[in-house]
Amino acid sequence: MTLVSKRSILKLAALSTVAAAVLVGCGKKEEPKAAAPAAAKPEPLKAAWIYVGPVGDAGWSFAHDQGRKAVEAKFGDAVKTTFIEKVPEGADAERVIRDLAQQGNKIIFATSFGYMEAMLKVAADFPDVKFEHATGYKTAPNMRIYDASFYQDTYMAGVIAGKMTKTNVLGFVGSFPIAEVLRNINAFTLGAQSVNPKIKTKVVWVNTWYDPGKESEAAQSLINQKADVLLQNTDSTAVLQTAEKNGKYAFGWDSDMSSFGPKAHLGSAIVNWAPYYIKAIEEVKAGSWKTERTVWGVKEGLNDLIKIADVVPDDAKKRVDEIKAGLKDGSFSPFTGPVVDNTGKERLAKDQKADQAWLDKVDFYVKGVEGKVPAGK
Amino acid sequence: MDTYALLLAATLNAGTVLALAALGLLINEKAGVVNLGAEGMMLCAAIAGFAAVVHTGSDLAGFAAGMAAGAALAAVFGVLVIWLGTNQYATGLALSLFGVGFSAFVGIAYTQEKLPERLSFSWPILGDMAWLGPALFRQHPVVYLTIAMALALVWLLYRTRTGLVLRAVGESPHSAHALGYPVRGIRLLAVMAGGALCGLAGAYLSVIYTPLWVEGMVAGRGWIALALTTFATWRPARVLLGAYLFGGLTMLQFHLQSAGVQIASEWLTALPYVATIVVLVLISRNPTWIRVNMPASLGKPFHPG
Repeated sequence: MTLVSKRSILKLAALSTVAAAVLVGCGKKEEPKAAAPAAAKPEPLKAAWIYVGPVGDAGWSFAHDQGRKAVEAKFGDAVKTTFIEKVPEGADAERVIRDLAQQGNKIIFATSFGYMEAMLKVAADFPDVKFEHATGYKTAPNMRIYDASFYQDTYMAGVIAGKMTKTNVLGFVGSFPIAEVLRNINAFTLGAQSVNPKIKTKVVWVNTWYDPGKESEAAQSLINQKADVLLQNTDSTAVLQTAEKNGKYAFGWDSDMSSFGPKAHLGSAIVNWAPYYIKAIEEVKAGSWKTERTVWGVKEGLNDLIKIADVVPDDAKKRVDEIKAGLKDGSFSPFTGPVVDNTGKERLAKDQKADQAWLDKVDFYVKGVEGKVPAGK
Repeated sequence: MDTYALLLAATLNAGTVLALAALGLLINEKAGVVNLGAEGMMLCAAIAGFAAVVHTGSDLAGFAAGMAAGAALAAVFGVLVIWLGTNQYATGLALSLFGVGFSAFVGIAYTQEKLPERLSFSWPILGDMAWLGPALFRQHPVVYLTIAMALALVWLLYRTRTGLVLRAVGESPHSAHALGYPVRGIRLLAVMAGGALCGLAGAYLSVIYTPLWVEGMVAGRGWIALALTTFATWRPARVLLGAYLFGGLTMLQFHLQSAGVQIASEWLTALPYVATIVVLVLISRNPTWIRVNMPASLGKPFHPG
């Protein structure tokens, strides 16, 4: 009896250790370098990235890792990159960032919003290391922030959706009601209304970034209520695949998803972080790195709407090209007044262009979006 | 098409994943074993099923692979808790954590894969009916199989000798042992049957429902299924209805949102768990309810002799 239970405890302990190891041990991978650096060469600059998801998820983390690979391709032996994937937001992140700083990385990129506080703490202890945080809002003398402008993509997607819809009802599967997502919904609706004033947008919140089951349920309920072109800012391909199954249209998000819904796919809103990462590394090498906030978009090659489908009519394609050109030379902004919210209140005066402060504080639906923004933050 | 017909159809579909897993868990709980590893088994089955369909192109192979994966993991769990006497709750939790990590590891190669398009299923004649057709008769066969399985389980548990023995093992393993039944063997079979059904649920999720594979895609459905068995006070028919209720709540929430009705979606997300706690409190206050339905030896190890 005692023998049995002692043995069982050992078994249990072994099993939990394995489980814990699998769960906690976020896979650390160093890219192998082909040749050892020659003696004459200077020490390579060490740069590190941490990702919230697996690099193979074809979504957010995947896109950041493509940026890291672009850095390797550009600088070769002069830069040594490391990445750590699947780092949970919170206490673990602090440990991981601290480790990376201790290992001599001179610049560290944290690519998820939830790393903000952890990075801020570590930054205070390592004044010589440069810290870069994606999508956050807090900075320090050696920590700065960078972000993309997805609303520019969703405006273009809206133009296409406005031309493609037969029911004049668009659907949006939202993750969380934060300014970034609300901007995307509003720009999508405004883009559609610019070519088709009768557009209505229905929104369903799933309260997650990542639950394919829920994403497809939400997409299905939008389709059931007559939405025939869908967009999402969640991370899986479920919405696109649900649209495909129902013979409706949808878009890809974060990366090219055209192969997941060949008939449904109208275009993919993507982000290419490479230009920013290359700029940041160059600044560290040149010693010109300074704390600032960078928000880039179509103009800088960070955002784009790619793989526009053949079924999209030529006038919509032409309009999208005009918008891209306008975004590049600064003559066009998706949020140009008058912008009226769906209670009739004017949020941006006539001919005014939205500035960053305005964009940061979007907390409403524009006219044409149904319902109310969920309260409470 | 009527949106309420579509809402009903979506509810049946959403409830199926929960019902399959919960019916499985009901079988092993009736035999006196609690397996908290449902989430892990479903995830491993989801990737096993998805991979099988990618390689063979056959949905049936996918379901079989999912069931095999679920049953295999359950067997490991069964040996640990039944023969080695480890704590059922701790071992189940470990299995759950293991399944989350292991499925993610195995699944890396499959996140970019997609499954071939399939024909949708519809009952002849019935599927063409005006309102009822799209509401009830155009589902995947597994949806109907699940209903049949719940009814079969009612019959098996309460109308057959096999069911009587299974329940005896869960109620009073010592009496069953004294009568000469192999209590441990029966418990292992029940645990494996539970694992197989959880596996079918996981495979249905990745092969038919979404259909795709991503890490962690079960997203708490295993835990809801566990809560369901308690919520349903260990009765198969109630498990089925409870699954449709919980599945329906999610769909209703999305439906209301897209119809522009304002509700706190976080609340509805929490509702299955809240409802389960309420039911637990209620049955704990009423000893007869517990005695009638809850297996008396649930969660207790059995040592012969």
